[in-house]
Amino acid sequence: MSASAQETHDPPAAGREQALRQVEQFIYREARLADEHDYDAWEALWTDDALYWVPAGGDLTVPAERMSVIYDNRSRISTRLAQLRTGRRHAQDPPSQLRRVISNIEITGEDHGDIIAAANFIAAESRERGVELWAGRVIYRLRPAGNELRMAGKQVLLVNRDQPLPTLAFLI
Amino acid sequence: MPVDGSGQVPVLAADRPDYRRLIERARVHSSVYTDPQIFADELARIWYRTWVFVGHASEVAQPGDYIRTTIGLQDVIMARGTDGRVHLLLNRCAHRGNLVCEAQRGNAKSFRCPYHGWTYRNTGELIGFPFNQGYGGKGTIEAELSLARVPRVAEYQGFVFGSLAPDGPDLAEHLGEAARELDRLARLSPEGRVELTAGWLRHRTRANWKLLAENETDGYHPQFVHGSIFSVTGSPIGALYSDKSAAVTRSLGRGHSENDLRPEFRKAGEPMRWFGTTADRVPAYAAAMRAAHGPAAERILIEGAPHVMIFPNLFVAEIQVFVIQPLSAGECVQHSTAVQLAGAPELNRRMVSQSVGSVGPAGMLLADDTEMYERNQRGVAMLAPEWLDLRRGLARERIDERGLRIGGATDETGMRGFWQHYLSLMEGA
Repeated sequence: MSASAQETHDPPAAGREQALRQVEQFIYREARLADEHDYDAWEALWTDDALYWVPAGGDLTVPAERMSVIYDNRSRISTRLAQLRTGRRHAQDPPSQLRRVISNIEITGEDHGDIIAAANFIAAESRERGVELWAGRVIYRLRPAGNELRMAGKQVLLVNRDQPLPTLAFLI
Repeated sequence: MPVDGSGQVPVLAADRPDYRRLIERARVHSSVYTDPQIFADELARIWYRTWVFVGHASEVAQPGDYIRTTIGLQDVIMARGTDGRVHLLLNRCAHRGNLVCEAQRGNAKSFRCPYHGWTYRNTGELIGFPFNQGYGGKGTIEAELSLARVPRVAEYQGFVFGSLAPDGPDLAEHLGEAARELDRLARLSPEGRVELTAGWLRHRTRANWKLLAENETDGYHPQFVHGSIFSVTGSPIGALYSDKSAAVTRSLGRGHSENDLRPEFRKAGEPMRWFGTTADRVPAYAAAMRAAHGPAAERILIEGAPHVMIFPNLFVAEIQVFVIQPLSAGECVQHSTAVQLAGAPELNRRMVSQSVGSVGPAGMLLADDTEMYERNQRGVAMLAPEWLDLRRGLARERIDERGLRIGGATDETGMRGFWQHYLSLMEGA
């Protein structure tokens, strides 16, 4: 069975395909904005109930009571970006040179109208001290808003989150 | 570095540097940050001899609880035995040297080496070795072969320290004047107890451990290194570390030092200002403190938490605790967690939130400190000038009513105290 036949004769499958395309395009765009330090455009992706979470270690049960690498609500995201925009955030002065590859994108569920999607990533970060390789899984909570998607949640599960990490001052 | 319980700390046979020529009153030589031989010497003379912070009693609250921690390069198991006491064991099987414990934390009565199945009680005794006829049966080698124990273990306000030297100053003598800073921290709990139960961030840092230890009470850097976050959040912290600040830097002796911010907080006279809030925004906590401390509560709530570096590896920065773990002359790991106060749930969650924002690899404060450490490490590897200057505030230091040396809020009094103690350990017999 060809994909085009599916699209033509199986509207639910076509809808799923279209939803996945939209999610993929959103994820690629979010990654590019982060790689290129386009703080304003990246910030505009977020909803007001945003949660940007990079856990440390294995315990994901009570994040508000445990140390995380990043656990930003919308206001904290705004502070983090404002610090970066000062140009005096030394750990990002100069900004890291970044490129990330995102793959294995799947829509894994739905929650109160939000699309839950997951993907794997590898990111190369170059600074004067050398190249760091970052890798992990990202779980996105994406909210349909008109014809667009916005980001309500981004959880980054680093593969080495139970080990000592180098400075992570860029938008992962 | 072997520790065999004989009391002999191994000393390098090679010629040792003349530390008196590397560490002067107001300057130190770059090589102390870069020379691998000096690092090896530090392991023997500091890390494997003096009292080193290993963990907090609250991390092993129940019998059988254990965590893996370190003393210098030693992998150490901190375990609470069925006797209720905290034991420190080197994580090395007495048979062929394998790690007996791989998990970072857990609860176990015994540790079984995965290599040949030798099993040890969580207090170190060998209790099983499979196919034991090869050793002549049970009751043969147990007395001789056990996990190595850190010979001295002691705690203060729940902070557990180990010393790999069987003899030497006891913990009370080592902590000296720094003990009362841990008292000040515990006193902020309505129940008088600190807990370190929020988990640790671990931040890999390509810098010598001493650059961190010196920076912890350097009141000169905050306005420059942290200006970006202070300006964005409107934080009043920067002003505490300025030429106009009434705060003082105090050398507490034995290499410990503090930034004493109380003079500034007393001037303001507002409870909870040290935490960036007011008492009416944390009403349950304020009420619990007033119930626990009576009229003394106001002063405690005004003066706030300590900012103290305890030689060589424990740093309490108001609501955070940091631990420095050396790896080599050019690398270390910073561990950080939020202080949690027993009986103060209203404060604890806020302390976690503030700490997560500030510390660790992505912290809006600590990532910038770490950037400075790493650039600093590259700088000190250069040829000239050969020395790091430590003279700031030397001419305006004085001795306070406790007999301790104090300088201004931005002076290098704490660093000079650090180096004086370092020298006494490194050049001693």
